[in-house]
Amino acid sequence: MPSSSASRTYRTEGVVLRTYKLGEADRIIVLLTRDQGQVRAVAKGVRRTSSKFGSRLEPFMSVDLLLAHGRNLDVITQAQTKGAYGHGIASDYGRYTAATAIAETAERLTDVGEAGGAQYALVAGAFSALSRDLHPSELILDSYLLRALATAGWAPSFTDCARCGAAGPHTAFSAPLGGAVCPACRPPGAASPAPATMDLLGALLTGDWITADASDGSARREAAGLVAAFLQWHLERGVASLKHVERA
Amino acid sequence: MEGHPGAVGRGDEEHAAGRNRAGGPYSRRGTIVYEGAVQELIDELGRLPGVGPKSAQRLAFHILESDGEDMKRLVTAITTVKERVKFCTICGNVAEQEQCAICRDPRRDPSMICVVEESKDVIAVERTRSFRGRYHVLGGAINPIAGVGPDQLRIRELLARLSDEKVQEIIIATDPNLEGEATATYLVRMLKTIGIPVTRLASGLPVGGDLEYADEVTLGRAFEGRRAMS
Repeated sequence: MPSSSASRTYRTEGVVLRTYKLGEADRIIVLLTRDQGQVRAVAKGVRRTSSKFGSRLEPFMSVDLLLAHGRNLDVITQAQTKGAYGHGIASDYGRYTAATAIAETAERLTDVGEAGGAQYALVAGAFSALSRDLHPSELILDSYLLRALATAGWAPSFTDCARCGAAGPHTAFSAPLGGAVCPACRPPGAASPAPATMDLLGALLTGDWITADASDGSARREAAGLVAAFLQWHLERGVASLKHVERA
Repeated sequence: MEGHPGAVGRGDEEHAAGRNRAGGPYSRRGTIVYEGAVQELIDELGRLPGVGPKSAQRLAFHILESDGEDMKRLVTAITTVKERVKFCTICGNVAEQEQCAICRDPRRDPSMICVVEESKDVIAVERTRSFRGRYHVLGGAINPIAGVGPDQLRIRELLARLSDEKVQEIIIATDPNLEGEATATYLVRMLKTIGIPVTRLASGLPVGGDLEYADEVTLGRAFEGRRAMS
């Protein structure tokens, strides 16, 4: 007979999205894994200073895990650090607030047991970029939000009309219709962002960091507002941590 | 629950027929519940942190079976704590008067303030007997996902204290986790402009542990914070 202990445990890699205190010294760890989607697991004794997990299961850490199936929640038995992003993120308040907004969005866009390789790669990449301070934190956040929505099936259009497909560029933006809209399709109340803002949004979606890094403050602020409106429309309620994000 | 005189089970026949008796021993979700006061006690106990339905049930039956005088003392203790205990107007620690015992104590050094997240952290630092300054309790750590931003903490009160008192050092003793680190980062940025030296508790290897089990971040911090031995 095969060993039953092998079937009771499984190995995966993931990023820690958030944690909840549980009992005296435990925590529930919410992870986004490469092959199991969102996983909620218990880390026993992790709040004790003598815990073998140390800082490995802190938010924004990328870890290789061994988990045991539990009755309600799985139990983390081993954890090894793949990317220690938490320290670099927490050392700057702007990066920390951007990372919490990314984590909350990822939690909302993914589900338990649903394969989430693309979403996992986006979140891990965003945390890595934030911790290494590769780009301004607000641009990394907005780029992540646009790409995560696109991966979830809500890809915005910033050039051609999102409704009729008429070739752009267009000067109006409508979150309900899916992005840029032509004059014929423009609904009442649609925003009229500056051309530089539309260029920035397109750059953030495609990962054109040369254009994004060269953008000015007003384009970034306007783009952030449109991204937040687009996100709220599709998620049906706002992401609470977005209002705490510190923007330059 | 089976066999206990207080428990009322749902008959198999009734279950099969999908019937439910009006006012019967069922919750709205159809689960079996105890009658009246016992269930109310279980529900109230179940709202306490770290107490699940099973623990609440065990505590409720312990209360039911305990001596009446013992339980009266428990009720009095809960009532008294809610009536008497408030938060210190200076530091935010729990107190029975307007100011806590530490803020009232003239022997405490007013030139040092140790900033902690919760009142229980004050007790943890006091146990060391190595700090003779005063405290400031923030009331938590910055955690945007949980809806806690800088405005929900007692940071404004800390800044007001610094303008009134002759403070020469601020020691940030928030938890050594990510939320605590982010709160410390925010505080350092706020306090930098005031010109008062700000220090952070050292972090590194726990006493009594093995080096091989230390995680990368902790070991890295221990290296950064190493000190000369001679």
